Amino acid sequence: MQSKLNLDQSIIDRARKSSEKIAADTQIFIDKHTTVTVERAVARLLGIDGIDEIEVPLPNVVVDNIKEGGGLGAGAAYWIGNAMIHTKKEPQEIAEMVSRGELDLTKVPVADDEKIKEAVQGIAVKMVERIRQNRAQRDHFLATLGEGPRPYLYVIVATGNIYEDVLQAQAAAKQGADIIAVIRTTGQSLLDYVPYGPTTEGFGGTYATQENFRIMRKALDEVGQEVGKYIRLCNYCSGLCMPEIAAMGAMERLDVMLNDALYGILFRDINIQRTLVDQYFSRIINGFAGVIINTGEDNYLTTADAIEEAHTVLASQFINEQFALVAGLPEEQMGLGHAFEMDPQTKNGFLYELSQAQMAREIFPKAPLKYMPPTKFMTGDIYKGHIQDALFNMVAIMTNQSLQLLGMLTEAIHTPLLQDRALSIDNAKYVFNNARDISGEIEFKKDGIIQKRAQEVLAHAADLLEQIEEEGMFETIAQGKFAGIRRAIDGGKGLEGVTTKDPKHFNPFVELMLGGAR
Amino acid sequence: MSTNQIDLTKIKPYGDTMNDGIVQLCFTLPVPCGDEAKEAAKRLAAKMGLEEPAVSHAQDLGVGYTMFVMYGKCSHTIDFTTIEVPKVEVTSFGKEGVEEYIAENIKRKVVIVGACTGTDAHTVGIDAIMNMKGYNHHYGLERYEGVDAYNLGSQVPNEEFIAKAIELNADVLLVSQVVTQKDVHIQNLTNLVELIEAEGIRDKVVLICGGPRVSHELATELGYDAGFGAGSYADDVGTFAVTEIVKRGLVDREKL
Repeated sequence: MQSKLNLDQSIIDRARKSSEKIAADTQIFIDKHTTVTVERAVARLLGIDGIDEIEVPLPNVVVDNIKEGGGLGAGAAYWIGNAMIHTKKEPQEIAEMVSRGELDLTKVPVADDEKIKEAVQGIAVKMVERIRQNRAQRDHFLATLGEGPRPYLYVIVATGNIYEDVLQAQAAAKQGADIIAVIRTTGQSLLDYVPYGPTTEGFGGTYATQENFRIMRKALDEVGQEVGKYIRLCNYCSGLCMPEIAAMGAMERLDVMLNDALYGILFRDINIQRTLVDQYFSRIINGFAGVIINTGEDNYLTTADAIEEAHTVLASQFINEQFALVAGLPEEQMGLGHAFEMDPQTKNGFLYELSQAQMAREIFPKAPLKYMPPTKFMTGDIYKGHIQDALFNMVAIMTNQSLQLLGMLTEAIHTPLLQDRALSIDNAKYVFNNARDISGEIEFKKDGIIQKRAQEVLAHAADLLEQIEEEGMFETIAQGKFAGIRRAIDGGKGLEGVTTKDPKHFNPFVELMLGGAR
Repeated sequence: MSTNQIDLTKIKPYGDTMNDGIVQLCFTLPVPCGDEAKEAAKRLAAKMGLEEPAVSHAQDLGVGYTMFVMYGKCSHTIDFTTIEVPKVEVTSFGKEGVEEYIAENIKRKVVIVGACTGTDAHTVGIDAIMNMKGYNHHYGLERYEGVDAYNLGSQVPNEEFIAKAIELNADVLLVSQVVTQKDVHIQNLTNLVELIEAEGIRDKVVLICGGPRVSHELATELGYDAGFGAGSYADDVGTFAVTEIVKRGLVDREKL
């Protein structure tokens, strides 16, 4: 693709090289550690599900039992495999025995390492096959039913009640939506477990549970048949249970997952060690399941200034790209994020937005970029808001964005009403259709405002990445280089769930999903 | 001209002629689009007190529901002369004014601790008031001379918020609440006041809440000193906070 921004490829290469180094350095730390939720995800992938009589999920029961016995470093697969040999039972039955206090996993006589791996391998292969089938099923739907043109129209539902969400999601699909995201209830990201079953009570969103995934998947498959295109389902693979949500999503054929390497650290004050280890396994699963991940750079701009801090968005996109590659997630599944968040009073603000969006497009040509709408400067004046959203849509079609999270005219007032979503979809359909091929028709003036702005942001991002490369990821975040937020290496939530791997540790899914041992 | 004569005891909406009462509204009815739906919308508007209700647009929303855009003439009037709204009684001094006021009347650093408490993850409000950058060309409290501002961010449990406020010996506590679904903000704000009272520090601090759905009336009802809604800036909050410290004699109070 000919650069419309006259970007210097050598600077892009330099930035990418720095990011590669940053990710590789961080990976050394990641490879030495595991966490409670990584091991619970393994337990789930081995078929453990359900809750005990006080509603504690069995994956938690099992991993807590291992942790209390001092065995977390060896991993859930090791202890479950060992118990399978000893009891001749399946993982689910073993989990139930642990929950009834009939079995203490780390007290079971220890079998030979190779035997343990063998015991687990069969079940692991079966699960991986199920996920592969889900992927094939998606490909089949895409081939037979088809899909909407890019940018995909991406809307959220957030009623708190999964059945109400279904109604709103089906309505949105009929109005033209391509992707439905079920926003999670506020606070779920800080739960160190995944709730169970269908849920009807949530605040500002609906609990992510495997049953809710299943209910919505079914509803979208149905409406997809009706409207004649595949409707993608999105949820949130972030917070304290990243890999578990990824595992559940892979089992229930979710298509898109919010899954950022740094978001939880910065915006939910989740411990940095915890998040980095968790994001790795979650991305391995998402990569294998064919899930498009969405990164969260847009959030930087809800706290930091979109003009001054634009280079941090680009720097983070570079880092997210490298972390994803290490986890085997291909570029075609990297929904790198950015946002239309400049102050609408800015003179030539539209030009800067255009510049930023085109820059992301050119630097990450294969990535299904996720473009987020204005939120920070939405005022409650719905008429003005609708126009802001139209300009946002205009930038998207002019720069070939991929996943367009539609802005709502009622942003800053309430979670979207049924009619708000319809109006937003109409807005996007109008702009996208009316300017469908505009990006192929336009070039930008040499050394004009748009070109210069992008060149400047790229140069800043490359410099920042060089600094991070020198200082390391942990130090950079401790200094508040991203979004102006400082996070210490031992601060934040969830650190107690991180542990050093024992030499005996194994996770059959890393090998099976990544196609090679790490 | 007589047509321009406004009777403030009987005001009604102005469309393009005095007292024409024209109102624009938009809503959805859970019935399929068609003549019956339009008639239902008109009857509903009539029950709302709109004369000559007219549907200008009706649109099927895909699941057998219909969205309407409507106009009608409001039959009701309001006596504007009798209206009283409780407000934070303060005229902003502006950033410099607040700084001068601290230098002259408090003569020490004012400690302001803020957070978006409970499960609410939306920092947009507290950031607008506290962060250096501020909002809409009003710098945030972090940038104020004479203020030590601590923004604890989002999802801070009330207990942790209070513990931090005590540790920092805060003069002013700012709580932001954005999510209001099922009145979760009211439960959380009430819980915070109760905890502060239980700690015995309620009369030693200035307690302020804010958010797009927070009014001063609601705030005072819940036991806060003030509430700031949409369109408030750091200097509004700052002005209230520093004058309240002086007014309540908290300048030389002992440590929390």
